[in-house]
Amino acid sequence: MSERETSLPDLLPGAYALVRRDLRVAWKRPGDVFNPLIFFAMVATLFPLATGPSPEQLAFSGPGVVWVAALLAMLLSLNGLFWSDFEDGSLEQLLVSPLPLPALALAKTIAHWLLSGLPLVIVSPAIAMTYRLPGAVIGVLMLTLMLGTLSLSLLGAIGAALTVGLPRGAALLSLVILPLAMPLLVFGARTVSFVAAGDSYAAGVYFLAAYAVLGLSLAPFATAAALRISNE
Amino acid sequence: MWTFFHKLASPPHFYRLAPQIVPWLAVPGLLCIAYGTYAGLFVAPPDYQQGDAFRIIYVHVPAAYLSMLAYMVMAISAAIGLIWRMKLAHAVAASAAPLGAWFTFLALATGSIWGRPMWGTWWEWGDPRLMSELLMLFLYFGYMALRAAIDDTVKADKASAVLAIVGAVNVPIIHFSVEWWSSLHQGPTLIRAGGPAIDAAMLYPLLAMILGFSLLFGALLLRRVRSEVLYRERRKRWVRDMILAAGGRA
Repeated sequence: MSERETSLPDLLPGAYALVRRDLRVAWKRPGDVFNPLIFFAMVATLFPLATGPSPEQLAFSGPGVVWVAALLAMLLSLNGLFWSDFEDGSLEQLLVSPLPLPALALAKTIAHWLLSGLPLVIVSPAIAMTYRLPGAVIGVLMLTLMLGTLSLSLLGAIGAALTVGLPRGAALLSLVILPLAMPLLVFGARTVSFVAAGDSYAAGVYFLAAYAVLGLSLAPFATAAALRISNE
Repeated sequence: MWTFFHKLASPPHFYRLAPQIVPWLAVPGLLCIAYGTYAGLFVAPPDYQQGDAFRIIYVHVPAAYLSMLAYMVMAISAAIGLIWRMKLAHAVAASAAPLGAWFTFLALATGSIWGRPMWGTWWEWGDPRLMSELLMLFLYFGYMALRAAIDDTVKADKASAVLAIVGAVNVPIIHFSVEWWSSLHQGPTLIRAGGPAIDAAMLYPLLAMILGFSLLFGALLLRRVRSEVLYRERRKRWVRDMILAAGGRA
């Protein structure tokens, strides 16, 4: 009885402390945040090099390229989501914590999004401008990336929890998550293309928002179950 | 009812029971396929637009249907295994995945062959159903890769079960997103309001093929689960007793 009374008020501060800890750790190791961003810019550089620099073509393929680059950069950063905690044993501390594991998994996921998804959203206008996307399109691009990277963090956390501690987990994570992430790519990139062609963006943004809500409500439970299985 | 399930879930009982069920699925299944193949190739009239090329649907549609059915069987038995800790259910999920991947590949290959005379190309990126079949194949590959990467069977069972369930939640979303993305494929003819839009002489062989493929899938699945069970229980006493009773040496 008394345990229940004490554990419930601790839930939000506990999750908040976990988010703050992850942000502080990232502050000490800025490479973890910047490397995916540099990778993002590099992938965006590959496409003009591969297909030629004609402005029409760049403006046409811009939304898709930025989205694919963001998807790959997210995958790159997802590898590390539980890895260092698994290495130094703090993941096991989370597992034995009296707080509900899905809440802690959600806190880890949100910290991951703040450290990898949000920076991508902030950097994306710079890449989009080099692809000569107009200002209104860039706004929608940022909106879709904001919702899409949040969903990717949530979905990817399940994959990261399943593959943590496995040899060659990085390749496996991509193999497991990419097919599941394709709807996000379809709606994200297509919506931006529609706006660039003068169409409405409501349908795609609604879908991405619905996916994010679905992910927020279901994914932490799957991540928690996967973490328990991986650490048996 | 419950005792029946408990008995069925016990590996030695299943191992003895499965070979008795297999012929009841395999024989009608092969008969259905034999009738469907004959009627589909020789009896059904050629399509007024597609000529004889449409006849590939007698393999393509059942294979595509089975690729979905196998995923459902896999996800549901994975969930049963995860929730009720039933070992046999995990063995079913593990055995269904390669079969499902094969049916998916078959659906893709026949779709591609059909596309050559119809669309003039082996592969059409714009077709939503070809696309969702391809994603389905990737889902199977991810599932099998995860299972293969984990050495401990119990852990592999549980981890891949979580993935199968997450995948099952995502399959409708993937289909919807790909439908939204583009459309070039011919609309649904079989399951739609107002009954199937297909001639009876074309329809019956197709239904026979779908039924036959499903029965054959059941028979193959039972055989695969049986050997999976034998492999997983290879250190157990009942396997040793069985080998000794058959005159072997343990």
